[in-house]
Amino acid sequence: MAETLEPNLVELASLENVEKGTSLWKDAQHRLFKNKMAVFGIVVLGVLALACTVGYGIARKAGLGHEIQDLALGASAPSAKHWLGTDPLGRDVLSRVLYGGRISLMVGVVATATSLIIGVLYGAIAGFLGGKVDSILMRIVDILYALPFTIFVILLMVVFERSLLLIFIAIGAVEWLTMARIVRGQVMSLRHQEFVEAAFALGLRKRRIILRHIIPNVLGPVIVYATLTVPAVMLLEAFISFLGLGVQAPDTSWGVLIKEGADAMEEYPWLLIFPGAALALTLFSLNFLGDGLRDALDVRASKD
Amino acid sequence: MIDLRKKLAWKTFSERTLSYSRVFSPPGLFPFCLLLFAIVSCVGCGKRTTRVEIGNREQILHLANGSEPEDLDPQITTGVTEHNIISAMIEGLVAEDPVDLHPVPGMAERWDISPDGKTYTFHLRANARWSNGDPVTAQDFVRSYHRALTPELANEYKDMFFYVVNAEKFYKQEITNFAEVGFKALDERTFQVSLNHPTSYFLSLLNHHSWFPVHIPTVEKHGNLYQRGNRWTRPENYVANGPFVLSEWKVNSVIAVKKNPFYWDADQVRLKEIRFYPLERLDTEERAFRSGQIHKTYKIPPTKIDYYKANNPDLLKQAAYLGTYFYMLNTTNVALRDKRVRQALAMSIDREAIVKNVTRGGELPAFSLVPPKTAGYTSGTTIPFDIPKAKQLLADAGYPDGKGFPKIQLLYNTLESHKTIAEAIQQMWKKNLGIDITLRNEEWKVYLDSRKLGKFDLFRYGWIADYVDPNAFLDMWVSDGGNNNSGWANKEYDELIAEAGRTIDTKARFEIFQKAEALLLDEMPIMPIYFYTTSYLLRPSVKNWNLTILDHQPYKYVYLDPESGEVQSKSE
Amino acid sequence: MIRFIIRRVLISIPVLFIIAALAFFMIKKAPGGPFAKERSAPPEILRNLEAQYGLDKPVYEQFYIYVKNALQGDLGPSFRYANWSVNDLIRSGFPVSLELGCWSLMIALLIGIPAGIIASIKPNSISDYIPMSLAMIGICLPTFVMGPLLVGVFALWLGWYNSSGWDFAYDRVLPALTLGGYYAAYVARMTRGGMLEVLSQDFIRTARAKGASSVRVIRKHALRGGLLPVISFLGPATAGLLTGSFVVETIFDIPGLGRYFVTSAFNRDYLLLMGAVMFYAILIVFMNLVVDVLQVWLNPKLRFD
Repeated sequence: MAETLEPNLVELASLENVEKGTSLWKDAQHRLFKNKMAVFGIVVLGVLALACTVGYGIARKAGLGHEIQDLALGASAPSAKHWLGTDPLGRDVLSRVLYGGRISLMVGVVATATSLIIGVLYGAIAGFLGGKVDSILMRIVDILYALPFTIFVILLMVVFERSLLLIFIAIGAVEWLTMARIVRGQVMSLRHQEFVEAAFALGLRKRRIILRHIIPNVLGPVIVYATLTVPAVMLLEAFISFLGLGVQAPDTSWGVLIKEGADAMEEYPWLLIFPGAALALTLFSLNFLGDGLRDALDVRASKD
Repeated sequence: MIDLRKKLAWKTFSERTLSYSRVFSPPGLFPFCLLLFAIVSCVGCGKRTTRVEIGNREQILHLANGSEPEDLDPQITTGVTEHNIISAMIEGLVAEDPVDLHPVPGMAERWDISPDGKTYTFHLRANARWSNGDPVTAQDFVRSYHRALTPELANEYKDMFFYVVNAEKFYKQEITNFAEVGFKALDERTFQVSLNHPTSYFLSLLNHHSWFPVHIPTVEKHGNLYQRGNRWTRPENYVANGPFVLSEWKVNSVIAVKKNPFYWDADQVRLKEIRFYPLERLDTEERAFRSGQIHKTYKIPPTKIDYYKANNPDLLKQAAYLGTYFYMLNTTNVALRDKRVRQALAMSIDREAIVKNVTRGGELPAFSLVPPKTAGYTSGTTIPFDIPKAKQLLADAGYPDGKGFPKIQLLYNTLESHKTIAEAIQQMWKKNLGIDITLRNEEWKVYLDSRKLGKFDLFRYGWIADYVDPNAFLDMWVSDGGNNNSGWANKEYDELIAEAGRTIDTKARFEIFQKAEALLLDEMPIMPIYFYTTSYLLRPSVKNWNLTILDHQPYKYVYLDPESGEVQSKSE
Repeated sequence: MIRFIIRRVLISIPVLFIIAALAFFMIKKAPGGPFAKERSAPPEILRNLEAQYGLDKPVYEQFYIYVKNALQGDLGPSFRYANWSVNDLIRSGFPVSLELGCWSLMIALLIGIPAGIIASIKPNSISDYIPMSLAMIGICLPTFVMGPLLVGVFALWLGWYNSSGWDFAYDRVLPALTLGGYYAAYVARMTRGGMLEVLSQDFIRTARAKGASSVRVIRKHALRGGLLPVISFLGPATAGLLTGSFVVETIFDIPGLGRYFVTSAFNRDYLLLMGAVMFYAILIVFMNLVVDVLQVWLNPKLRFD
C-alpha cells in the first residue's frame, strides 16, 4: 500500500508537462517577446537610437555635420551626396535628422519618465486615500494646470540659464498633471475591488498596497497614455522651439525640423517628410511596444 | 480557398462595423451631427466668388497689414502697421507725392519759407474739412502739437518736434506756457512754425504721422486728452480729415475705412473702402492671397520668393526700403574693445552670399550704414570684403587665427530669418577667422531688456528711416543717442552731426555726413549687413500702386480695375 | 451629490484666488515690460506710461487693486491694444473660440470614440490596425502641419474653402478638422485602451454567454467603464479646446481667445494675460467638477467622498 501512495517525485519532476514556477515579471517578459509587433517596435527603436548616436558619428566623419552649410547649394532634393536632401542653408538633412533625433529621443524619454513617475505616484495616492487628501491634491493639480505655460517657460529660461535640462523640467512639469488625473480616476475605481479589500483585511500597510497591488493594476491605461505622452512631449518641445524658447541654433530637434519643414512644405517637401517620418516611425514603434507591454502586464490574461 | 476566406473575413468585418454603428444612437444623435457637419461643409462646395473679385467690382481694397495695431491715434502710435491705416485717414500739412514721396500740398495749399530758413508759414485750404463737417483750422494744429508735447501723453516721437523753438523746453516743463513754443495760428487759415536752426529736410519730416493733426474736441469728448485708451478712436467716434474715415474695427479680425465725403479732394478718390486684415503669419497671408481673399500681402515668406520669381513674376513686387539691417557691438566688451577686432569681424562677412542665398529678397549688401542715394547722398566710405586683411587686423589685435579669442555671443530676437542669417555669419567667422561665437535667441521683450541693460556682446538690430535723409541713420549714434547701446561715445562724431544739423546748404551738409560716416565705419560700433527691401504680392487689378522707398502709399490715387485679366486660378 | 457640488464650488474660490496670485506674480517677475519697443523710449516716457497704468506701484498693491476691480467685473485695460479693455477682448474672443471648440470637440468625439470602440473589439486585427494607424498619424502631425496641409488640399488645390478667416459658415470646417482631428486621435487611443480593459472582464463574458448581442454588450455594459479614462482626459482637454488654440487661430486667422494666451505673455500685456488665465481657470475648475460627477455616475462603485 505504502508504495503506491508514495509519489515518485523524481518521476514527476521529469514529466515534461509540469510547468516551472515563474514570477509575474518573468511571465510578462515571456508574453512580451512572443508579441511580434512589440518586438518589432523594440528593434526599430533600438535601430533609431543607434542611428542617432553612432550613425551620426559616422556621417560626421564623412564630412556631413548637421551645422555645415553650403549656401550656394541651398535647398536641394535627395541626391547621391545628400541622401535626404538639403535645407535652404545647404545643410544635409540626414545628419540633421540624426542629430535632432538625439535631442528628441532624450526629451521624449526623460520628460515622459519624469511625468510618469510623478504622475502615477501622485494620482495613486490621491485616488487611494480619497476624501480630504484627494480633494487637496486635486485642487493643487487644478491650480498648476491653470497657470499659463508660456510665461512659465519664459521665466524658467530667463531665471536659470538656457539648457536642455530646463526644457525637460518644463515639459515634465506640465505633463504629469494629466497623468495624475487619469491615474487617480483608475485608482478610485479599483479601490473598491475585492482584492484590495482582501489586502486591507490581511493588514497590509497602505504603502504596500498602493505600490504592490494598485499600481500594477492601473498600468494598462497608464501605459497607453504614456505612449501618447511621448509624442505630446516631443511636439511640446517643438512648440517651445517654435516660440523661440527651445533648443538653440545650430542645435536642432525633430520638432524644430518639422516646423521648418512645414513652413516650406510646398517648395521643399523633403524637409517635412523625413523628420516627420522619423517621428512617426518612433511613435509607431512606441505604440506597438506600449500595446505589447500592456498586454504582457495584464494580470488577468491567461498565461498562454 | 484563400480568396474565399478573405471574402468571408471582409464580409464579417463590414457587417460587424455596420452593426456597431447602431451603438451610437441616443436616437439619431450621431447621424444628426454628421448631417449637420456635412451641410456646413458643403455650403462651400463648388465655385465661390472670392473677396477679391467682389472687391474689384465694388472698389473695395483688401490689404493684409501685419499685426493688429495698438491704436489709431497718430500721437500715440509708433509702428508701421498703425501708420498704414492712419495715413489713409489723416492728412498733415503736407502730403506725399505718390512716386517719390517728396512733399506736396496737403492741408496746406502753399507755404512760404523765410530767407534764413527758420520760419515756415503754411496757408491752409479753404475747403479743408474734418469728417464731421468742421473746417480744418490753424488752431487745430496748434492744439494738436500742444497735446503731442505734453509730457503726460508720453509721446514716443516727441523728438520730432524738438526742431521747433522752445518745444524741448516745453516738454521738459522748463516753460509752461505753450504760447511761447514756435507754433502760431496767425489766423484761421495761417499756421506758422519757427525752428531753432534752418533744417533743409523739415518738410519731409512733416510727412511722418507724429505731425498729423487730430480733432481735439472729439478727443476731449471721449476721455482724458492725455491718456491712452481714449475712446475717440472707436469707429463710431473717429473724426478724420483725410480721404477715408474709420468705419469698422473688429479686434484681430478686420479694420475698415470708408471714403470720407468731406475730404477736400474727395473727387479724386475712387476707392469706396479699404479693409485691413491683421494676418500675422506670413504663410497664412500668402495662402489668403492665393485663395483670393486679399489684394496685397504685407510681406512674403522668403522660401516662396524664388517660386514666384519663376512662375508668377508679375505678382511679386520688390522695392528698396529705406532701412539697414546691422549688428550692434558692445564696445565695452573685452574682446570687442579694440576697433581692429570690430573691423576684422565686419570685413570677413560675405554679404553678397547672404543676400543671394539666405535672405533672397533682392536685398542689397550693405557696405555702409546709409543706403545709397538717400535723398541724393551716397557714402564714399565702404567696408571691403577682404579676408586676408581681416586676418591681419585680427592678428595685430593679438588673436592670430582666432587663437585666444574670448567667447562672444550674438543675440537676436526670435525670428526664422534672423536665425538663418546668424547661423550663416557664425559659420563665416569660424571659417574665415577661426572665431567661434555662440548664438542666443531671446524672446522679444527679454531681448529689448538685454539691449537696454547692455547685456550683450553682439546684438542684431535694424533701423528704418522715419524720413528721407541720411540724418535719420546717422544721428542715432551720438553719445547720448537713446538707441545707441553700443557704449561707443565719440565727441568728434557728436560735433559733426550737430554741425550738419545747422547747415543749410545741402552740398555742404552731405560733405559733413561723409566725414561722419567715414568715422563711424572706421570705429565700427555697428556692422551693417544689408539694406532692406520690401517684397510682397500684389494683384494686377490694383492700379496706381507705386513702390516707394518708405513703403508709404497715398491711397487716394489707388483704384481697382475689374477688367485686368485676373485669373482666379486655384493653384498658382 | 448636491452637497458634493456645493463643497467643490466653495473650495474653488480659494483655488481661483491662489491661481490669480501665482499667475500675477509670475508674470510680473518676467523681465521686460509692456512698453519696451525696438525704438528705445527715453526713461521718463516709460515712467509716464507706467504711471498712467499704475504700474509704478508695488506689486502686491497692484494685485490688490486688480482683484478689487476684477470682482466688480472690470478686468482692466490692455496695454498692447490700447483702445480696448480686457473685458472687450474676452467678450469678442470667447464666443469665437467657444464655437471653434464645440465643433472640434464634436469631431473629436464623433470620430474618436467609434474608432476606438471598433478597434478594441477585435484587437490586433485589421479592424484594429487601420483606425489606430490613422490615429497615430493624427498624433504625429501637429496642428501646424495638419492645418496647412488641409488648406493646401481643400482650399488652394480644390478651391472648396477659404484658406483662412471666420466670416462664412464653411470657414469653420478646416480649422475644426485640424483641431478636432488631432484630439480625435487621442480620444481614439484612449477609448480603445479603456475598452480593452473592460472587455476582458468577467461580467462581459457572462453577458455574451447569456446571449446578448455584441451591440448590446457594448452599449449597455462596456461603454460605461470603457469611457472612464477618456472622460478623465477630456475634462481639461475640453477647457483647453473651448479657450482656443494658439496655433490653429493664427494659422486660420480666427479672432478667438486662444492667441491671447501666448501673445499677451510675449507682449507682457499683464492684465490681458490675467484675464485669459482666470477665464481658463474658471473653465478648468468647472470642467473638472463635471468630469468628477460623470465618473461617479458612470461607475457605481464610486461614491462622492
